[in-house]
Amino acid sequence: MRKIIFIAFLSLWSSLGHSAGSSYPLDHVNIDLSDKASLQRGAKYYVNYCMGCHSLGYLRYNRLARDLGLLEREVEENLIFTEDEEGTPTKVGELMKIAMDDFYAEKTFGVVPPDLTLFTRTRPHGADWLYTYLRTFYLDDSKQWGVNNAVFPNAGMPHALWELQGWQKAVFDPADDKIITGFELVKPGAMSPEEYDQVVKDITGFLAYAAEPAKMQRHKTGFWVLIFLFVLVFVSYILKKEYWADIR
Amino acid sequence: MGNLLANTLNWVDERFPLTKMWREHLSEYYAPKNFNFWYYFGSLALLVLVNQIVTGIFLTMNYKPDAGLAFASVEYIMRDVEWGWLIRYLHSTGASAFFVVVYLHMFRAMLYGSYKKPRELIWIFGMLIYLTLMAEAFLGYLLPWGQMSYWGAQVIISLFGAVPFIGEELALWIRGDYVVSDITLNRFFALHVIAIPLALVGLVAAHILALHEVGSNNPDGVEIKKHKDANGIPLDGIPFHPYYTVKDIFGASVFLVIFAIIVFYFPEMYIFFLEPANFIPANPIQTPEHIAPLWYFTPFYAILRAVPSYPWLMGKFAGVLAMGAAVMVLFFLPWIDRSPVRSIRYRSNAFKAWLTIFIVSFIGLGILGMLPADPIKQKLSQLLSIGYFGFFIALYIISKNERCKAVPDRVTWK
Repeated sequence: MRKIIFIAFLSLWSSLGHSAGSSYPLDHVNIDLSDKASLQRGAKYYVNYCMGCHSLGYLRYNRLARDLGLLEREVEENLIFTEDEEGTPTKVGELMKIAMDDFYAEKTFGVVPPDLTLFTRTRPHGADWLYTYLRTFYLDDSKQWGVNNAVFPNAGMPHALWELQGWQKAVFDPADDKIITGFELVKPGAMSPEEYDQVVKDITGFLAYAAEPAKMQRHKTGFWVLIFLFVLVFVSYILKKEYWADIR
Repeated sequence: MGNLLANTLNWVDERFPLTKMWREHLSEYYAPKNFNFWYYFGSLALLVLVNQIVTGIFLTMNYKPDAGLAFASVEYIMRDVEWGWLIRYLHSTGASAFFVVVYLHMFRAMLYGSYKKPRELIWIFGMLIYLTLMAEAFLGYLLPWGQMSYWGAQVIISLFGAVPFIGEELALWIRGDYVVSDITLNRFFALHVIAIPLALVGLVAAHILALHEVGSNNPDGVEIKKHKDANGIPLDGIPFHPYYTVKDIFGASVFLVIFAIIVFYFPEMYIFFLEPANFIPANPIQTPEHIAPLWYFTPFYAILRAVPSYPWLMGKFAGVLAMGAAVMVLFFLPWIDRSPVRSIRYRSNAFKAWLTIFIVSFIGLGILGMLPADPIKQKLSQLLSIGYFGFFIALYIISKNERCKAVPDRVTWK
């Protein structure tokens, strides 16, 4: 019986933890939401390289400014590139939506590039997935954009960061040509692999922030709530003991 | 000042039985003095109910029950509403906490035979609360309008479609549309925020009134009203207030520590309280790769999937019936268990063994119900379903002439 339970647990964790599609192991990334410099860089890269196609439709520019330690003016000057039909720049209190319409997107990419505000929460280990995904594009002529991806095979997305990373090809397991064991840089980009990893980490951190802007506040508030509750447990315990002293 | 207070109380008492109710239900409600750990969960369920109602009211102020707006309005609550994230996590964590405490509360009743004569109606009201709670949770889960909200509702409503003859019409009537749509969301919202909570509060009142009419059971399963002092007060009874109010405040404090750790540090509880797929807006043309209900429904979901679908066996409907029977059989527990002895402390080893099988089956089914179906897991689910239903059959048989230990005359301390 114990063995059955154990097996059930094993299959529970394995089938819940990883979604189907690829067996490529995820690289773990440590996200530090208090590293504002990293989040700011992540926001900059995101707006420059990702936001042409992927909106952040639940996040406001001024919320981002406040949480990342930027002035609203700085955000207006450096991060807002969109405007309305009359040419008025998007206001800082607005949501980070994009101009690309779904019809055009579907025609170009086959699918509408999803909004990424909540992306890191849409799968277990979402940040690890994203960190690995952005570093595992490899050359594949059979695909529309000339690249394929190790974590998300047949992804409909071009390698948006190729200028930074350069182009790499996949090294396959000699025994099984479906299993990718590593990558080989064919044409270096503007950055060294270490610098590029840091860029991806910044973007991942920024999206982890965007998925739940209140997370830092949650952790801080939780600490004080727990302090209060521990005091309450102590006081209510001695109160109970006092009242119950005469019951036997 | 004291005079004014006393006069006011007098004034009220002449018009409303305030003091009388206070005495009947708190200061002169005599509860057995030997309640143990298992007796915290009733008051905790009440605490969680209040939490759900209060946080629910505040969520309603900013939530939009519209298929085009619902998902974004939840994110609006999480980001733009002051303390909205806290209100939302209290509500989502509270939903799971409700089932945790209710399951433990029900298990307590099974341990100590609290459903037995004269407490059958307390058990029936409790079961109705449980059913209502399941409806409330199911309806509420659609409201965030994420992928799992949408497809979970789609799957569960389609089960009604398996009912012979009227099934399709019935499912259509529940949805109000051919697929889950804005109309479904609107009616689920109405039922979730007003209809079901009203029923729930009414049933809780009935549950407590019935309890206070006959008095509480206890871990020894003995009747404390058999031994009273000269004033008619049970010798083993103590006034609920202040003794159990202070004890329950302590229990509530410990509960809140655990609850707060989840709310503030693990609101998703990995994937068990908030499912990852529900952070993707509902998409009627894209089915998620794996649809599973939240953990508190999975034991019954596993029973549903354990029953194979044969045309000669009413097809899919057999599984639906088995699932329904798994819940409904609990209603009859007071009559299935025929042993005069209430507490597990004085019952036979056969009873203890079967109760263990029941609990292992229930938890095992709960785990299997979360996983994608495959033939091995279906076999395992069938085995555990037999364990689940077998408990009730075995209980009916063994409780007829059960060899129990001698039950003490008065409550004991353990």
